[in-house]
Amino acid sequence: MPPSIRPELVCPAGTPGGLRTAVEAGADAVYCGFQDATNARNFPGLNFTRKEMDASIAWAHERGAKVLVALNTFPPAGQTQLWKTAVDDAAHFGADAIIVADIGVARYAAKHHADLRLHLSVQAGASSPEAIRFYCETFGVRRVVLPRMLTVAEIKSLHDEIPCEIEAFVFGNIGMMAEGRCSLTNYVTGISTNMDGVCSPAAQVVFEEDDARTLTARMGGFTMDRFACGEAAGYPTICKGRYTAGGGKPYYAFEEPVSLNLSALLPDLVNAGVTAFKIEGRQRSRAYVREIVSAYRKAVDQCMAGETPHLADLLALAEGHRQTQGAFASKKWR
Amino acid sequence: MTGTRALSIGPVLFNWTPESWRDFYFRMADEAPVDAAYVGEVVCSKRAPFFAPHFEAVVERLRGGGKEVIVSLLAQVTSKIDRRLVLDLAGMEGLTVEVNDAAALASVSGKPHTVGPFFNVYNEDTLCFLAHRGAEVFCLPPELPKQAIAVLGDAAAKHDVQIEVQVFGRIPLALSARCYHARAHGLTKDGCQFVCDRDPDGMTLNTWEGKPFLVINGIQTMSHSCLNLLHEIETLAGLGVRRFRLSPDSHDMVQTAQVFRDVLDGRMNADEACTKLAADRPGVEFSNGFFHKVAGNTWSTASA
Repeated sequence: MPPSIRPELVCPAGTPGGLRTAVEAGADAVYCGFQDATNARNFPGLNFTRKEMDASIAWAHERGAKVLVALNTFPPAGQTQLWKTAVDDAAHFGADAIIVADIGVARYAAKHHADLRLHLSVQAGASSPEAIRFYCETFGVRRVVLPRMLTVAEIKSLHDEIPCEIEAFVFGNIGMMAEGRCSLTNYVTGISTNMDGVCSPAAQVVFEEDDARTLTARMGGFTMDRFACGEAAGYPTICKGRYTAGGGKPYYAFEEPVSLNLSALLPDLVNAGVTAFKIEGRQRSRAYVREIVSAYRKAVDQCMAGETPHLADLLALAEGHRQTQGAFASKKWR
Repeated sequence: MTGTRALSIGPVLFNWTPESWRDFYFRMADEAPVDAAYVGEVVCSKRAPFFAPHFEAVVERLRGGGKEVIVSLLAQVTSKIDRRLVLDLAGMEGLTVEVNDAAALASVSGKPHTVGPFFNVYNEDTLCFLAHRGAEVFCLPPELPKQAIAVLGDAAAKHDVQIEVQVFGRIPLALSARCYHARAHGLTKDGCQFVCDRDPDGMTLNTWEGKPFLVINGIQTMSHSCLNLLHEIETLAGLGVRRFRLSPDSHDMVQTAQVFRDVLDGRMNADEACTKLAADRPGVEFSNGFFHKVAGNTWSTASA
């Protein structure tokens, strides 16, 4: 039997062009951020000026797509005005929701823009019914983006205990650390993921090749990984590097470079009460976004028609050409 | 001076044997010049039952030694066992708890409590909100730089609450759903065999060159370097920080507390104090970068 609720396909938009690509490829909603530290993908060349955000929201609305504005970093004390202005502007431009993590930002939005829909970012790290209910009851949060640490069975049980919608990641880069609670990048580079919106910044990564053509990837003076000649070298994030422990060989102490791909679990997720599927990757190219969004559009539509999603092979687009169902399929992943 | 410059001992973050955990707190109760002690399992709810038989005795002994006792709650709450542990402790009469995850917020609302370093209090608005709900002490996230601490110090004074800052010990850097101790031993979290008990100061991860980098403690990732803000103590006090936290390791924490007490009271200078701390910890690498808004692993003794 086809599911009764049609889940929203929520897609990344790193630029206005990316936004148009995602909407044309079938996104029900896109998420994006301003060009500053107010969002967790504060990378050079990415994100929207005020003017672009205003125009892009209008463009998306004309096509029936929603725009969710990510304001999901933590303002350091003394700098909260940047975030407050961003909330005001998102509301003024007609954003369908803002995605927040910080209590101060949530409170400001709830107080000054009571009509603006609040989504709780994965960066808030709310992983229990008690935590989620706190944000719903206190700030009127309407949707929670779940941390990528729960099994489908756990999501189902959670769904019965919370008063808001559930959005879950289904594809993309899988961060190993609990979102919003990781200072590894700051420890190595002096740039904070929570405050500056940057994880493993490219500007800090140095690749060195020796005479044997072994490639070493370093960040802030620490070697993240080393690749023999011919070995595929992934982008080095701290939590996907190889290190040694107890005199052993270098191993992926946290996780291997893999992408999350839950296309096979879509019907289970719908049954568990997930009403929005999120695709990661605001930093990705338009070609990537087009391919992933189109494939997921098809898969969600098949799922809604009561068919088993016919899965396009997304492996070529997955990080390291490898994919995983992460924590979702089994507790054994932990 | 002690009144405005309190020294606290943070919760033991590692999986020590229950007896060494108990004896550690007994010794802190009897001998350490600290004003407050945090007890309770923060990292993994699976460990909590091991310490439970000694919990009451530890709390009694600490109180008997004149220490304020605060029960630290779990930093990441997901499973039924996590939730039960947090709700039970948060609901107990006569205990002050330290909130480290939003799961506990509703339970402690309106009751005096503290907010720990795992809960994201980055700004004055968040502090103000939580202070109005009964939070009295805020131990700040370790990555906050001086400029932000200064603003929070002012906000704390305005709301009549206290700021605490970790000044010593491995720095908590990340939490995860996955247990990396179990992973290192080819196991999973559910069937972990409690292998984290083999590393009383955590399991070191080295880079390919053998340079110590991070430390694994169950689901937690910590710095290999040891945070040391001895040179920054005067500055911190000037910014309105009232409490200074030592995060325990397996070395002599009574001596460590004495060193910090002496510096807080102006009896010892920071250089001498650093030498004393290092003498008991061969090969220790100190760091203080976060405070200076540079890479957290770095160490500088230039003016704070």
